[in-house]
Amino acid sequence: MTYSDLSRPIDELIKSHGLPEREVYLDHENSGLIFPEVLEIMDNTYRLSGKGHPSITHLMGWISYQALYEATTNIASAINCSPEEIVYTHSGTEANNLAIMGSSGLSSNRKKVLVSRIEHLSVIFPAEKLEKYGFKVIKIPVDEEGFVNLDFLSEHVDKETLIVSVAAINHEIGTIQDIKAIRDIVRDKDEGVLIHTDACDALGRIPLDMKKLDVDLASFSSHKVYGPKGVGALYVKEGVKLEPIIHGQLSTQKLWPGVENVPGIVGFSKAVEIMHRNFRENVLKMTDLRERLISSILNNIEHTLLNGPFGDKRAPDNVNISFLYCEGEALTVELSMKGIYVSSGSACTSRVLEPSHVLLAIGRKHEEAHGSLLMKVSPFHTTSDIEYVLEILPDTVRRIRSLSPIKPLRKVI
Amino acid sequence: MSSRVPLTYGKKVLELFRNPKNLGRIEDANAEAIAGSLACGDMIAIYLKIDESTEKIVDAKFESYGCAANIAAASILTEMVKGKTLQDSWKISWKDVSNELGGLPSVKYHCGVLAVGSLRRAIRAYYTNRAKPDWLSDELTQEEKHALEEEKLMEVLAKKAKRAML
Ligand SMILES: Cc1ncc(COP(=O)(O)O)c(C=O)c1O
Repeated sequence: MTYSDLSRPIDELIKSHGLPEREVYLDHENSGLIFPEVLEIMDNTYRLSGKGHPSITHLMGWISYQALYEATTNIASAINCSPEEIVYTHSGTEANNLAIMGSSGLSSNRKKVLVSRIEHLSVIFPAEKLEKYGFKVIKIPVDEEGFVNLDFLSEHVDKETLIVSVAAINHEIGTIQDIKAIRDIVRDKDEGVLIHTDACDALGRIPLDMKKLDVDLASFSSHKVYGPKGVGALYVKEGVKLEPIIHGQLSTQKLWPGVENVPGIVGFSKAVEIMHRNFRENVLKMTDLRERLISSILNNIEHTLLNGPFGDKRAPDNVNISFLYCEGEALTVELSMKGIYVSSGSACTSRVLEPSHVLLAIGRKHEEAHGSLLMKVSPFHTTSDIEYVLEILPDTVRRIRSLSPIKPLRKVI
Repeated sequence: MSSRVPLTYGKKVLELFRNPKNLGRIEDANAEAIAGSLACGDMIAIYLKIDESTEKIVDAKFESYGCAANIAAASILTEMVKGKTLQDSWKISWKDVSNELGGLPSVKYHCGVLAVGSLRRAIRAYYTNRAKPDWLSDELTQEEKHALEEEKLMEVLAKKAKRAML
């Protein structure tokens, strides 16, 4: 961990910021809130059933093993697969790394990896790492709404291809990909190519049935379904072989050594269960809140652009809008002082000169990407939360625009 | 690849971001300059009103497109130069700006650099039609070079992005 910037007391900064009277947390992309029921069951698991190590032969081990098994059965039934097909990791990032790196040691004649240009960095970076080991990495282009170019995919996938990885829902712009179409194109070319989908942002937002989807690998992250952070899973279809990528004492699972985070997994499972049980209701609610945000912002604030598709092909929770003539980090900090927490694809937020690779891949100009805000609504939000955001946002944008030397040609809002 | 920690701005940065001092333009400025660009996500404009006989800066204002640190750096710099001679203002470095702000986080040093870069460009602009004083170097200073590099790099990156889309 880097603490160099903590030479200055952070308390002073927090105090100067002050605690806003009203808060609306919309930064579920970076870190999801947690269901109270999940916290409660985790607390119980820490105290009772999850005390022991689930691979040890004594009472505490058996009880813990049982808790783990029940949690896994629950998740398996929600995504329609068998419990044996679920491998736990300690994050979605690790699940993606396991899918990409874990498949690379398998075959000597498949040296091509295809990932879309808008994948999460936990897919892109491991793929790029494989280039060092002689793999050829091809990034599949996407259109202006983020849909992968299927003709390109079809032209480039062949019997030398090891794996194709495309997220079911894009984390930044909410594009819902046609994974079945991608699967059919790939299988049609060669049955032996592995198909991976990063489903971290798709779970609970679109129906996910592993039997029907019929991919080889799918990644999940607990905090994305409002479970605890630091828990992830990889679905590995029966018969698909992977090599472990970290090594140590194996526990109940073959691909991820170390003691399972049983209370965390139980919490993850509970979150999946809640999302599954209330699926329709949640999706309708989130879609309604999303539409309120998008239509009001686009209608009432000038010089705004929606990033990603409109309507049914957009994730129910995703709002990503570029506010031109605004820099995203300034907007983020200004909104924070009003108690609204969001994130931005600006370069400032990522600490490099380049803004979000996803926004650049859909053809946004640098200055359009710098002014982007990502807001994710959740089942926790109410209409009144969204109204508060809509009340605050126009003034915030107006103030940040008023600071800039470059003003829009027409009079700003 | 570097790690990411939240930017622990000093409270001065937050104060100036909230209530920036000297925001705006000077209509009868006798020197002004811009550094950075929209594409960089960082841009500072400095406007100076200079008393021609004493060469003192009587008024300074700024506009900024950028993060909180960028806005605070430009604002504090206009405070620092007011009442100073051009020669003394020329000597202000990005470190002085950072210090005035209670120390910028390292990833935000370039905000101080950009602010000083735009000030020095404005001072150069003032002397384009006047006799150049001895203290004004012909060679670009570190801060001016940095601003130029950032602007050029962005042009290259923007072209690269355009080509990748084709
Ligand atoms: C699409 C996608 N993949 C992977 C991850 C990484 O998951 P985690 O935060 O659990 O490492 C995220 C989380 O932000 C995500 O949105």
